Amino acid sequence: MKQQPIGVALSVCIAGAGMAFAQQRATVDEAKVDTALGAAFANASPEWMSRLKGDQTMRTCSDYKNSPSAELARTIAARETATIQYPDDGNLMGDWKKGEQLAQSGYGLRFTDSPTRETGGNCYACHQLTRQEVSYGTIGPSLLEYGKVRRFSAAETKATYEKIYNSQASAPCSLMPRFGTNRVLTIEHIKDLVALLMSPESPVNRP
Amino acid sequence: MSILRVQGVKALPRSVCAAAVGLALGLAAAAEAQQGGDRIEREVETYRSMMKADPWANPGVLDVDRGEALWKTPGGPRNVSLEACDLGLGAGKVDGAFARLPRYFADADRVMDIEARILWCMEKLQGFERTKLITRPHPGAGMPVKDLGAIAAYVASRSNGQSFAADFSHLKEREALALGEALFFHRSGPMDFACSTCHAASGKRIRLQPLPFFSKADEARMIVGQWPAYRVSTTNVMTMQHRIYDCLWQMRLPEIELGSDVSVALISYLVKQAEGGEINIPGMKR
Repeated sequence: MKQQPIGVALSVCIAGAGMAFAQQRATVDEAKVDTALGAAFANASPEWMSRLKGDQTMRTCSDYKNSPSAELARTIAARETATIQYPDDGNLMGDWKKGEQLAQSGYGLRFTDSPTRETGGNCYACHQLTRQEVSYGTIGPSLLEYGKVRRFSAAETKATYEKIYNSQASAPCSLMPRFGTNRVLTIEHIKDLVALLMSPESPVNRP
Repeated sequence: MSILRVQGVKALPRSVCAAAVGLALGLAAAAEAQQGGDRIEREVETYRSMMKADPWANPGVLDVDRGEALWKTPGGPRNVSLEACDLGLGAGKVDGAFARLPRYFADADRVMDIEARILWCMEKLQGFERTKLITRPHPGAGMPVKDLGAIAAYVASRSNGQSFAADFSHLKEREALALGEALFFHRSGPMDFACSTCHAASGKRIRLQPLPFFSKADEARMIVGQWPAYRVSTTNVMTMQHRIYDCLWQMRLPEIELGSDVSVALISYLVKQAEGGEINIPGMKR
């Protein structure tokens, strides 16, 4: 049951992602990269240093310049899907107004940012979302009328939650952060972003 | 016009009309934002061409002058000038030196970019303490570029009109280049970002800020030859090491050390992509 959508997403990903660099593998040993990074951030605390070492998924994506083989992509999708956690009560929709605030905010996790202030999702950096906000980036696709074109269906709501929680579960080596898995956003905040995209009242879906 | 005609056809179900109008409005909003972005970019381009026509209008030239004075005036604990500093073409030879960097320096036994080399000379010739030079090495918004950066701007400007021509023939230079490429695609941090997240395609933006595609020669040439640059938003000169430090900050990575092998490798990769591009320093950025 679960294999089908992943398979479809995979073929799209492999065809679309990193075409300019398809099949060019990195020529430098990972150990050399790690050694250089270790020396370049000599003053960083161990906690911050741990950020430099990507997990196995990141290593594969770096190594294959975001164009993994079909087999590696399947491995990534399975590994990342297993990390997704759902809200206890099963409700995936939060508050779209809070979601809009989070989509606007790029605050958090930089070495000058306060850990006590809320981390944003910074969605507008890469995506168009509402007609009102004209300052949006184009690294990701436009999400205008996202819920409307998906007919606000429950299955799409679940897929959206999963996409934000871990984009690589459905699109291995996606450029999008794995907001839930990497603990950038809380489950509550992911729900707020799902509402921003999937609620009929959200400005994303309003004329 | 087509919108009006669709609205005028009574036989069409209302939902179809609404969808068509909605889509048209969506496209119009997108086009408007795109035009807004394009207009800003055009205005900035006009500003840049006016600056190029009158280089004295770029506030960055003040720091180039300051850098020249710092280069020539005795300073540091040993009270000597930097004129004995070898930037690769021989001691004290400044003209054209930047165009051949980064390169391998036998005395330091490593590859250095302009800033790593000036740092080395300030330490070895003038007797400055290295740890002091690399602590808070970059200015905050509104503050002038530090001495090292002003000297880098001066040295770089003495290659204006020349093309990037580092040759990367030495084994360690080739290693730096390969490391730089690997780092460019190396994803890490809580956001899984790599340089390539933002800089591996043409025509992309973050918010309204256009992003150069550094693996494409013409885009790399247009951008790399402008650094060190005067930055309008922070009203100071920003060096290439500072620019990379800022990228890594935004990528949620720790503070990178000025002149480290990682920053030199990344700069080597960028300069290689920009090979043949004209140097025009200080540039003018947003």
